Amino acid sequence: MKRIIHKHPLAIRWFHWINFPVLFVMIWSGLLIYWAYDPYKIQLGDYTLVSFFPNGFYKFLHVPFRLAEGMAWHWVFMWLFMLNGLLYIAYTFASGEWRHLVPDQNSFREAIQVTLYDLGLRKEQPPFIKYNGAQKIAYFSIMLMGVGSVLTGFAIYKPTQFYWLTALLGGYEAARLEHFILTIGYVLFFFIHVGQVIRAGWQNFQSMVTGFEVIKPNADDRPKVSEPTDDQPAGPTEPQPIQPALS
Amino acid sequence: MSQPQEPQLPQDEVPESAVRRRMLKSFGWFALAAAIPVGIYEWITHSPRAQGIAKPFRKVLDANEQVARTYFSNTNLVKTFPAERAARQARINGYEGIKTPLADDWQLQVDRPNNQPLLLSMDAIKALPKYELIYEFKCIEGWSQIQHWGGARLSDFLAKHNLGTRSGNAPSPDNTHDLFRYVGMETPDKGYYVGIDLESALHPQTLLAYELNGQPISAQHGAPVRLIIPVKYGVKNLKRIGRIFFSDDRPRDFWAERGYDYYVGL
Repeated sequence: MKRIIHKHPLAIRWFHWINFPVLFVMIWSGLLIYWAYDPYKIQLGDYTLVSFFPNGFYKFLHVPFRLAEGMAWHWVFMWLFMLNGLLYIAYTFASGEWRHLVPDQNSFREAIQVTLYDLGLRKEQPPFIKYNGAQKIAYFSIMLMGVGSVLTGFAIYKPTQFYWLTALLGGYEAARLEHFILTIGYVLFFFIHVGQVIRAGWQNFQSMVTGFEVIKPNADDRPKVSEPTDDQPAGPTEPQPIQPALS
Repeated sequence: MSQPQEPQLPQDEVPESAVRRRMLKSFGWFALAAAIPVGIYEWITHSPRAQGIAKPFRKVLDANEQVARTYFSNTNLVKTFPAERAARQARINGYEGIKTPLADDWQLQVDRPNNQPLLLSMDAIKALPKYELIYEFKCIEGWSQIQHWGGARLSDFLAKHNLGTRSGNAPSPDNTHDLFRYVGMETPDKGYYVGIDLESALHPQTLLAYELNGQPISAQHGAPVRLIIPVKYGVKNLKRIGRIFFSDDRPRDFWAERGYDYYVGL
């Protein structure tokens, strides 16, 4: 017999894997659009530290002169991106899954400890249930960033219709920059995310496909919360009668 | 409400064979599901093209136009700015349709159903009330610039000459069924042409512009008269208008033919 832990509900796995190609299309088509007017750079005085993006980068990816195509992809797949995101948010609320995701007052302290652990500066990582503090902050932020991309997106897509939104975001040009920065944020998140998934290993990765993780009998590499909380109501459903801890 | 507690994850004891079976099943479904985006990509990229882009794209872009025309209001005004914010040198970004010098005998031709075309000089346009508009011109490429235009409202022009309606009366907001769906415009050499939904053409900030920063507009900006339509990207702001006509079908549109969205409403 094996002991398995049910980690990711089916719906969460669908939302996650649908978002992967959809967000890829949004970023890729966004790049095709951005190429047509690409003024952003990071400068130190007169010295350009990073230019978004060098010509070689565009050429290598075959980006130039595809504005119309980029807009078509962007304005078609935006609906899927929004729909998937809305269903995801609605599901996490309805299912109580948000309790695993939303950072609490301990998350920031935990996130620092996790980072120190990841850097090899700390022996043990703090205990967690589904996601550690760093994960909670990262996954919750990425959800907020999705909301931000939709809002900044509409502010530049329909600046006359949503004039109040465009004004709130600091104007048309500011909204375009914000939309761009959020996209850079996704790309950075992607690389860190994939790196961490590789580090975490096969059991963790396959759980995003199968939904469960097999708990190894002896080598318990999964940190446990110090005090058993079996007597907590499981999720947002009906409060259950408190059971005495089995012994 | 008390502090919400993160629930423990549910656990199960299952036979090893069941674990393997569930894993195989999940990955099988995963591989099958992964074929869906590949299929969608192949379907889109192998679809016949409609006006420069894949047909499925054109259909969704047209559906987006229906969403905009159904749910968005046409009375929102574009934000305006004080004149000193306007660029001294308004950006010039295209020469389609104005590559040859303007003919000396230029007249604005307006086609009318069941009637002779109207031929008008600049005096007829300048006779209408003049409006100044200082707004953020937005190019489909992504840049924008605050520019200061002056001219007559297109809606005043249509009302004055009883244009844009099937009945031949002045356009009335109370009788939108009488309006044609689109207005088409083209340069005298027909090198550049646009089609615009009539609601946007009737927007109070849509101008037949003949002044830029208080001066007559230059040839490169579209002298003697050009369209300034702030609720659209720059691609619809036709320079050097030669002919205006009305239609229920979409008039041909230079950039839409090259794969861009037809509506491009802002």
